[in-house]
Amino acid sequence: MAIEIKAPTYPESVQEGTLATWHKNVGDSVSRDELLVDIETDKVVLEVVAPANGVLAEVLKAEGETVESNEIIARIEEGAAAAPGAATPAAKQEEVDIQVAESLVNPAAKKLADERDIDLSQVSGTGKGGRITKEDVVNFVPPATAPAAAPAVAAVADAEFEVGERVERRVAMSRMRTRIAERLLDVTHTTASLTTFNEVDMSALMGLRRQYQDEFTKTHNGTRLGFMGFFVKAAVEALKRFPLVNASIDGTDIVYHGYQDIGVAVSTDRGLVVPVLRNAENMSIATVENSISSYAGKARDGKLTIDEMTGGTFTITNGGVYGSLLSTPIINPPQSAILGMHTIQQRPVAVNGQVEIRPMMYLAMSYDHRLIDGKEAVQFLVTIKQLIEDPAKILLEI
Amino acid sequence: MSDKFDVVVIGSGPAGYVAAIRAAQLGLKTACIEKWKNTEGQGVNGGTCLNVGCIPSKALLDSSFKYHEAKEELGIHGISTKGVAMDIPAMLKRKNSIINQLTGGIAGLFKANGVTALYGTGKLLAGKKVELTDNDGAVTVIDADNVILASGSLPIAIPVAQLDGDLIVDSTGALEIGEVPKRLGVIGAGVIGLELGSVWNRLGSEVVLLEAMEDFLAIMDKGIAKESKKIFTKQGLDIRLGARVTGTEIKGKEVEVTYKAADGSEHKQTFDKLIVCVGRRAFTDGLLADDSGVQLDERGTVFVDDQCATNAPGVYAIGDLVRGPMLAHKGSEEGVMVAENIAGHKAQMNYDIVPNVIYTHPEVASVGQTEEQIKAAGEPYNVGTFPFSASGRAMAANDTQGMVKIIAHADTDRILGCHIVGPSAADLVQQVAIAMEFGSSAEDLGMTVFGHPTLSETVHEAALAVNGAAIHIPNRKRRK
Repeated sequence: MAIEIKAPTYPESVQEGTLATWHKNVGDSVSRDELLVDIETDKVVLEVVAPANGVLAEVLKAEGETVESNEIIARIEEGAAAAPGAATPAAKQEEVDIQVAESLVNPAAKKLADERDIDLSQVSGTGKGGRITKEDVVNFVPPATAPAAAPAVAAVADAEFEVGERVERRVAMSRMRTRIAERLLDVTHTTASLTTFNEVDMSALMGLRRQYQDEFTKTHNGTRLGFMGFFVKAAVEALKRFPLVNASIDGTDIVYHGYQDIGVAVSTDRGLVVPVLRNAENMSIATVENSISSYAGKARDGKLTIDEMTGGTFTITNGGVYGSLLSTPIINPPQSAILGMHTIQQRPVAVNGQVEIRPMMYLAMSYDHRLIDGKEAVQFLVTIKQLIEDPAKILLEI
Repeated sequence: MSDKFDVVVIGSGPAGYVAAIRAAQLGLKTACIEKWKNTEGQGVNGGTCLNVGCIPSKALLDSSFKYHEAKEELGIHGISTKGVAMDIPAMLKRKNSIINQLTGGIAGLFKANGVTALYGTGKLLAGKKVELTDNDGAVTVIDADNVILASGSLPIAIPVAQLDGDLIVDSTGALEIGEVPKRLGVIGAGVIGLELGSVWNRLGSEVVLLEAMEDFLAIMDKGIAKESKKIFTKQGLDIRLGARVTGTEIKGKEVEVTYKAADGSEHKQTFDKLIVCVGRRAFTDGLLADDSGVQLDERGTVFVDDQCATNAPGVYAIGDLVRGPMLAHKGSEEGVMVAENIAGHKAQMNYDIVPNVIYTHPEVASVGQTEEQIKAAGEPYNVGTFPFSASGRAMAANDTQGMVKIIAHADTDRILGCHIVGPSAADLVQQVAIAMEFGSSAEDLGMTVFGHPTLSETVHEAALAVNGAAIHIPNRKRRK
């Protein structure tokens, strides 16, 4: 049965994407949740995973091609397990091991196997160094009757599964994943993290963007006007007004930073990275958009330097590109707060006593209550909301 | 003065010196303490095996065998011999020079491998410290990261036959007997008793062996034990089973032994010399301080796990000090295992395939399980045997006593045990031991090409006989 692989639904802010990298080739077997392809948008690289086990049967979009929201990009033939000779490193290792094992066969074992038409590569050797003894051949039960006949050397780690089996796959965590896990666990243990929510009417911003997009792009050498530029500037403004949100705890001291280094969360195939816009208070919207775009590219290529990723006094993360409606972002230590943006959803809201359909985005701010009290956090977020809903306020610093 | 070593070995017998050499090879700073002194009062290495055990007994066995051969066995070849005489002091002198050569060799190997050879008594204190009392009485304490106890064993003394160093001796004394005793009594017809009895029997003694057990060589395969007893009896060894010695009395230059026979009747027998060899016990006297942390079991052996680690962290024990057969090579391999594990390897020892040998002539050797053990475990098995009387090579050498017996699992054909009495039994059993290490079946041995005419062929034929395919003897009809 063929399954269609589509590009994800892009959030309203994202028009189109580019097919960045195929991680699987036609004919490769895929397992559920395995990464298939990266699609690059303005902000971030979207990962598309396989929805089920099977074989990548057809690829409809090549690398570099434009991909629309929800566009079909590939087809998977469900259930077809990989042929034993699949070119995964684990399978190759098995092949080599089987060849080696065949040369480690006691003479009488080989004779008996020949007589009984037994495939020695199926027999596990219990002799010294994995030798197959006559005893092993005598005791050998062909797999048809006993599914537990293991190969001479079992490389279980990357084995492919039949659909429907309740099996497990054990894979060692990558260094990056381990590190991420450590840091996140550390953060939950060492901060008193709470989240406050609000919502923002994006219509003003979207109107602004629509109006000036072309001129902006032309003036700024192809840099597209997105939302992040505005959100960063709004955040900078709010941080100036609420310096505690821009501060961090160091031991028993509060360190107030006289600058705003805004981290922008970027998802890569190896995990989440947060490159930092240094002195964002001095950046123009175009510079912000440019920097983010360049960071996204570097992140995708794994070329972000440690310097680019360290520091930061505040972080903005956008789950909206994946369709997140509402979430509780996790603070990026040693910072004290993080702003979460979400998907823009057309919703009925009350405007001046009337019900109108507006493009609404939920905002979430997680903050460290050790430092920031509820009042400040709420007011900070309200400020962001107000600045976005009336962008002139950012310019006028009001 | 306090020295620090990675490894301190107490005892330089085959277990200790091998452990020390291996440890040094692996880059560990090693010291080996030895308390044995030669007749000149100098510290010598090699322990029981080299000084008063394996080596001297083999030297005497070979010397006495050559004497016996020259006197009795050359006529058939057409050689006439007259006036063949044995110069006992010369025989002992040769034995001693071999001992000196080998013990000196160990000292040389220590030097070559950088092992610090220390002479004196070693005692394990708490916290991996070793107290060394050297041969002048000076006491020092050595710090060690690891301690290997290898102080070996001593002959068991029985109150009914107390040694007097002259008429009643143990195995050590038996190697120094200066003239052929007319009547030699041996208490214990085990390995040591049979070997020492053989030596003096060949040289002209009337030898009586008094064995308390009802079965001869009780732990060996019964078929081979039976065959061996026949051979030794024909040689002139008077083996009395079920004979328990109840007392000894020195009467001038003789010793009278009182013993109870299997039927309960009491007997007395007079000998010119009595050798007591009823077994050996682990030697831990003065070895362990009360707080050393090392535990002994109820038989006085040091308690260890599969890797020879004692209860005290960083302290190991090997060889005759611990469980298992009291064999030099078993101790040596344990020494290698411990040294390698200390150095970070993951070494293990295969206790199931340890050959053991009695160096009589013909030799008796075995490896693996006896037929009785296999039967008791309820495993189905096949047996193949081949007599040396059917071996061309044995005939040419005029040495046709004995047989080879190989036991294999009936279903898988895996070789479970091999037992041989015959010429070169030790070397033949070793071949089968090697095959067993690789999980060989009897058929595998049968499929191997053996040179002809060799004694080894007897192994080949016995292996073929397991599955009814022997060529040089009619095959037994299978019961199934």
